[in-house]
Order: sequence, then structure tokens, then C-alpha cells
Amino acid sequence: MIEISHITRKFEHFTAVDDLSFTVAEGEVLGFLGPNGAGKSTTMKIITGFLAPSSGSVSIDGHDIASDPIAAKALIGYLPEGAPSYPDMSVLDFLEFIADIRGLTGAHKQQRIEKVIDDVELSSVCHQTIETLSKGFKRRVGLAQAILHDPKVLILDEPTDGLDPNQKHHVRNLIRNLAKDKIVIVSTHILEEVSAVCTRAIIINRGRIVADGAPAELEAQAPVEFMIETQAAPGRLEAFFRSVTEPGAK
Amino acid sequence: MGKTGIIFKRELAAYFSTPLAYVFIVIFLVMNGIFTFDLGGFFIRGQADLQPFFSFHPWLYLFMIPALAMGLWADERKSGTIELLMTLPIRLRDAVLGKFLAAWVLSGIALLLTFPIWITVNYLGSPDNGVILAAYIGSWLMAGGFLAIGSCMSALTRNAVIAFILTVSICFLFVSSGSPIVLNAFSGWAPQILLDAIATLSFLTHFDAINKGVLDIRDLLFFTAVITAWLLASAIVIEIKKAN
Repeated sequence: MIEISHITRKFEHFTAVDDLSFTVAEGEVLGFLGPNGAGKSTTMKIITGFLAPSSGSVSIDGHDIASDPIAAKALIGYLPEGAPSYPDMSVLDFLEFIADIRGLTGAHKQQRIEKVIDDVELSSVCHQTIETLSKGFKRRVGLAQAILHDPKVLILDEPTDGLDPNQKHHVRNLIRNLAKDKIVIVSTHILEEVSAVCTRAIIINRGRIVADGAPAELEAQAPVEFMIETQAAPGRLEAFFRSVTEPGAK
Repeated sequence: MGKTGIIFKRELAAYFSTPLAYVFIVIFLVMNGIFTFDLGGFFIRGQADLQPFFSFHPWLYLFMIPALAMGLWADERKSGTIELLMTLPIRLRDAVLGKFLAAWVLSGIALLLTFPIWITVNYLGSPDNGVILAAYIGSWLMAGGFLAIGSCMSALTRNAVIAFILTVSICFLFVSSGSPIVLNAFSGWAPQILLDAIATLSFLTHFDAINKGVLDIRDLLFFTAVITAWLLASAIVIEIKKAN
């Protein structure tokens, strides 16, 4: 279980995350939504221990990210925004490096590396250096390093950004399959993705939670005046999203 | 070893997977040759020692080491990989130390590859090899001092060129603080104790002592302290600035 309690992060002139609290349990796939600059990435950086909150605390399965960071980080697989990786390493070397840091050894290490290469379809570029890869492949390398140690908690910042429709479909299936006894938090701009893979959605705006519920529940709450294009489910979620995040929204 | 060792291995491999390591080593060797034989008058002096070789090292390092150190942290921040690195289950000191050691070992490799000059001087005469060994150790320690400064400057910015310039500037202060140019500016008005303190901070003073074959524990401690202090400063700067 992840417990986020009252985290606030202030930067010099603005508050990116404002007294945010929620918990995520095993088996949940949480879609983390919000307009650009709403504080999604900042929240994910705080949960993964990259950023310290100005106040508040984060606990991963009972391990506080501030006082027990090594144990907490060992449970997390994280795909940061933009899927950064070392450009001059080959895909295989990079995954070996992550596996070493994650403490995987011997046959288990080789087996996990082969598994993730297979899962995210990297076998054709295994020996290429990462800088020569396309955006979609780079994103998948980022995904591969995040799931390499079969983490209990998976935090993915825009995992399908830059992927083509087939790859998106594939990654969504992957997330669904991974999710069984795990905690998954996915941030995304693609609302149909939330309906497709998430069991729960949180919408944040200006650092605060403005909605929290199952995608279907949120869709049902979509106000009529925001529904223009379509009555289909993704459209309804979009209507709800706009109703809670657009300027002037209540 | 452990996590530090894994970081060290990756960083060292990264140097050799790009031309950086080779360019560094080749230029280091060429420059050493020019300094020693041309400017240093290795043959004309008629003495079987490596004084002319080592006495240029502070000035050589002044420009070469910052080039090695400038990317240590600036590149991580620029490419965003610092977020990846800092969310892995490692301690900050593993990363700071691993990166530093990789760069230090590379400078050590470059230094070891100057061995033909040691063979030459032994062929031409009978030098005091103890003095030469001491000077090699001193030179490597001094390179470590420069690198630790570079690590800290690299952590200050996401721009490697700025890191280079900052490192050269700070290193220049540390090299020259024992030289007459700097000391004359202080003598006459500053108390003697301040003058001594400034002179004591100089890399030159300590390196010259080692270069003459006096392997004094205080000089070794000086470079160890410089390395430790600047690496600590690096860790603090990274902690503060990593997310900016």
C-alpha cells in the first residue's frame, strides 16, 4: 500500500502540490490525470523520492521514503517523464546496469532481462546504443528498466507518450497484465487510456485533487453542458475532466 | 564496492564507449611530451630525474581535468538521467564516489601510460626511483583534488561548458594561491597568519614537496582532505539542486 499524506511542494513562486493525500492499494491501477502544470510529475517525483516535499510524508508498504529511502525505492519501478536513459549505452548494457543496481544476480538476472526484452519487444535493438533509437523505442527501454525487477509498485509518467497506436495498445495490455497484485500509478493525457486500463482515476488541478473515483463513476458525473462531441465513454470522461479542470470550473 | 562499484564500472565504461577517454589520454601524453622535452629541457639539464616532467603537471591538469569532470553531473541533469539514478535504491554517496573514482582511475590510466619516460630516464642514467614513485603518487592525488573540485562545479550547473570554466577558475585559485602573484597581493597589509593560510592551500606547495621526493604525511593528508571536502560539497549541491 502507498500512503501519501498531506504532501505539499512549494517552489519559489508557486505551490506545485498543495496538501495532497490519498492511498493506493494492491491491485489498483490509478490513472493520474490533470492539465499540464497541475502537479502530476511533481507528485510522482515526490512519491519516488526524487524530490523532497516541503511538508507531508509518503510511505511505500510501510517504508517512509524520507527516512527509509533505500527500502522504499527498492519496491518501486519508475519511468520518469521523458524516459531518460544513458544515450551511449547499448540497450542490453543499460538493462544489465539497472539489474546490477537492483541487486539481481546470476540466472535470475539473465532471465528477467530476457523477459522484459520480450515483454516490451526490444530484441531487435538489443545491441544498439540508446541514442540511435527512435522515440518509441527509447520509451520502451524506459519501461523495461522500470519493470525489470518485477517491482511491487510501478509508477509510470506518461508511458505511452510517443508510441504509435499499436505500441500504445501493447503497453496498455502490458500494464493490465502486470497490475494483478501490484500498485500501478500512471499519469497520462490520453483519457481513453484511463477508461481502458485504470481501475481508479484521480484528477488534480493546481496541485489539488478535484476528483477521485472509478472511471465509470466519473463519466457518469459529466455535466451535460460539457458534452459536445460524443456520448461515448471516453468522451464522457473528457467532458468530466474539462468540467473540473477548466478555468472557471467549480 | 557494492553499489559504488556498479556505478564506477558504468561510468568508466562510458568514458571508453565515447572518444572522450582516448582523446583525453592522447592529448595528455602529447602535452606531457611537449612540456617535458621542449619546455622542460629534459635532455639539456643533464640530470637523471623527472623534475621537468612532473613540474608541469599542475598546469596541465588545470585544463585537462576540468574537461574530464565537467560532464560528471551536468550531463546527468541535462539529460534527466539524474532522476533515474536518484530513484534507484542507492545512496547519494555511492553515486558521487562511483563517478569520481571512474574519472580518477581514467586520469590514473593516462598517468601510467607515461611510463616510457620513466624507462627513458632509467636507460639514460640512474635516477632515484623512490622519488619518481612519490611524484607519481603526488601527481595522481593532485589530479584527484582537481577532479573533486570539478565534480562539485559540475553539480552546480546543467551546462557542461559553464562547469568547465568554473572548474578551471577554482582550480587556478588553488594552484596559484602559493605563487608570488597571489601572495604579493596580500603581503604588506594582510597578517602573516592569513598569508600562511593561503599559501598552505596551494596545490603547488604540496605537490612540489612530494615532487622533490619528500612523501610527507601532511601533504598526503592535504590532498585527501581536499578530495573529501569537495566531494562532500558535491553531494550537498546535488541534494539541493537536483530537481531544479
